[in-house]
Amino acid sequence: MLRKTLNISTSPHITKGRGTNEIMKNVVWALLPVVGFSIYSFGLNSLLVIATATFASVLTEHVLCKLSKKQTTVGDYSAVITGLLLGLTLPPSFPLWMAFIGGIIGIALGKYIFGGLGYNVFNPALVARAVLQAAFPVAITTWHPAFLTDRFSSIASSVFTLPFMEPEFDVISGATPLAAFKFDGVTTSTAELAFGQISGSAGETSAVIIIIGGLYLIARNMMNWRIPVAVLLSAFVLSGALYLINSEVYPSPWFMLFSGGLMLGAVFMATDMVSSPITPIGLWVYGAIIGILTIVIRVWGGLSEGVMYSILLANAISPHIDSVIKNRVYGTKRKIKAA
Amino acid sequence: MTLFNLHKNTFKHGIHPPESKDETSGMPIRQFPFAPVIILPMAQHIGAPSEIVVREGQEVQRGQLLAKANGYVSVPMHAPISGKVRKIANVPTISGKMSLGIYLEAFPFSTQEVLEGTPIDPDTATSEEILQGIQDAGIVGLGGAAFPTHVKLKIPEGKTCETLIINGVECEPYLTTDHRVMLEQESDIFTGIKYLLKATGAKKAIIGIEANKQDAADHLSKHIPKELPVSVQVLPVKYPQGAEKMLITSILGKEIPSGKLPIEAGAVVVNVATTAEIGRLLPHGRGIQERVITITGPGVKKKGNYLIPVGTPLRYVLEQVGVDEDISEVYMGGPMMGMAVSNLDISIVKGTSGILVFTKKDVNRSTTIYPCIKCGACVDACPIMLNPSKLGILAKFEAYDEMASDFNLMDCFECGSCTYVCPSHIPLVQYFRSAKRIVRKREADKKEKAHA
Ligand code: SF4
Ligand code: SF4
Repeated sequence: MLRKTLNISTSPHITKGRGTNEIMKNVVWALLPVVGFSIYSFGLNSLLVIATATFASVLTEHVLCKLSKKQTTVGDYSAVITGLLLGLTLPPSFPLWMAFIGGIIGIALGKYIFGGLGYNVFNPALVARAVLQAAFPVAITTWHPAFLTDRFSSIASSVFTLPFMEPEFDVISGATPLAAFKFDGVTTSTAELAFGQISGSAGETSAVIIIIGGLYLIARNMMNWRIPVAVLLSAFVLSGALYLINSEVYPSPWFMLFSGGLMLGAVFMATDMVSSPITPIGLWVYGAIIGILTIVIRVWGGLSEGVMYSILLANAISPHIDSVIKNRVYGTKRKIKAA
Repeated sequence: MTLFNLHKNTFKHGIHPPESKDETSGMPIRQFPFAPVIILPMAQHIGAPSEIVVREGQEVQRGQLLAKANGYVSVPMHAPISGKVRKIANVPTISGKMSLGIYLEAFPFSTQEVLEGTPIDPDTATSEEILQGIQDAGIVGLGGAAFPTHVKLKIPEGKTCETLIINGVECEPYLTTDHRVMLEQESDIFTGIKYLLKATGAKKAIIGIEANKQDAADHLSKHIPKELPVSVQVLPVKYPQGAEKMLITSILGKEIPSGKLPIEAGAVVVNVATTAEIGRLLPHGRGIQERVITITGPGVKKKGNYLIPVGTPLRYVLEQVGVDEDISEVYMGGPMMGMAVSNLDISIVKGTSGILVFTKKDVNRSTTIYPCIKCGACVDACPIMLNPSKLGILAKFEAYDEMASDFNLMDCFECGSCTYVCPSHIPLVQYFRSAKRIVRKREADKKEKAHA
């Protein structure tokens, strides 16, 4: 006779079986070629900066979990993503101690004080980047040229600046294409931009590799395609319109798309699931805000680059987008509710 | 948007779980052996439990009335086997609650001949007579809901039924009962449709079938009687297309307004096995005694589609088909909406469409729940277009009233698609089930207060 104690569970009894950590892991994989190219073009400097930022993020996550007596959440890979993204937004000759502080800030201030993964309002990597920008304005805007012949044998002296000391930069520091344009009126060709023959922050340089990473995640259904498309499309349309009005003053829309951090921001930072809206229309609105704001800051603002602030601002209003723009529920009329 | 939606032939969102139907879809329906004792709970449909009309010790013939309907939303119960009423007592049911029930001991050498009643002629009977006949036959929705069919077929004053939709979707993974019924009982189905058209006054009937049962669609199309206005519509495979609202949207391209019934779209939906049962029983005035059930899952040895008398104890069923040593979970119904069984002493009821046995290694539910990462997978899955992510967060804060008033909680029909896709393994539908219960309770309390 069949004697058995059975488990009971509530339906559904089957699940898709794809975990959050698997999604995060794939984001890391998609980022690795970008990291690889950055090391290839900037050499040891870049390797050290990215490795330090990532190490600091993961360590901070682990220590904070231990301190609050929780099981460590390092295994969900989100701290790795934060560290890599932060590393990629920094100049390759950035002092390591500053990068380390950035890693700590990203996790502690960008994520942990909100309650950890899932509760953060802002993209943690960008929070860290913004704090670093405010604290070390010189170091973070001193760019390093790519493809120096000795990039695999020598390290810029600024990298090993002692903690809390001001770094001294080598004379050869280069200007980014955006800064060159903004402050000197020099444009760089789109082909050079797309393939990364330029100076910039570690990950700002190869649009093509970034796009490939994005396509991989979209194909695996791990990234919402609407965000990068909305960001890039709106940036392209606005800068295209300006270019048509006066091509003497405004750069071509292609230059705008492929320069600076727009590509990395559109593909890997604006798409952070936690800090972006959830409904399709909400995503379009969110993406368009980022694209338009980026161009506005670049053209009329005091900074040469505006992606970071645009995304942070869009992150801040993302919860409001969600509460105003909802899907139309089956069998009901669309409700527009004032927030 | 409408331009593109016009010919989509399906509803928005939904999921594609593995179908897992191959192992049983090719197996013809086989008669299951009679259990020595059958246990028949009186509460096995939605509505009032049936009222017992036999006494202990009485001998009954197969098909004889054992209990009568207790009111309008209720159905009678007939003897699934010839035998002797051994005991009338409380019996366990799947919900964990006890229900009054009948223990019926089979006559070992009976021919199990079925009693004939008063036949109902589809050509001469009125709509009311057919509805009465359906109630008298004890028919409830065999797709799993077990709602009394005659109540559902009653067209409210002032409404008209344009289309009768026969639900042959069977979107739950693993289940193949409707599939086999469509392949083997076409004449019962068409007779049933004849009764149903008459009962509802519908001008036409459409049989909705998912594309993974093309053979059934072809088979039925080939056998449509000339005089019947019936067509077959093949739909793309997607869960939960078998849900009434979704099926109506797939077939008619209309939505049912929130909180309303299918008749708002001029339609009535009846499950295909229920239709076959009507076509089989009404011409003889008989009552329902058995039903087709898919018994499958990795833990079952003799998988198949079986014709099993209602009231057969689950333990007996599993012993007959043989199960793995390390069975861990048993479900009645499909894996998406079926209920887990805690006690093997319950019986097969009219609404049991499948029995699924999983061993330890087949249960792939994760025990760690991560926070919601707002990935939107649940939003893209929900066929009602709700925001399960937000609802889940509100549920944690016990903000049940806000869930209902601002996020349409009560429109959730617990299909489980959101939980299925959630990478953070959040048991969303479980939250919503209890939240709905609480909201309903609060509303009832409010009404009571207003009356007092
Ligand atoms: S699927 Fe899960 S993790 Fe993703 S948004 Fe929905 S509730 Fe959150
Ligand atoms: S269970 Fe409810 S909320 Fe979840 S997908 Fe189904 S209808 Fe939507």
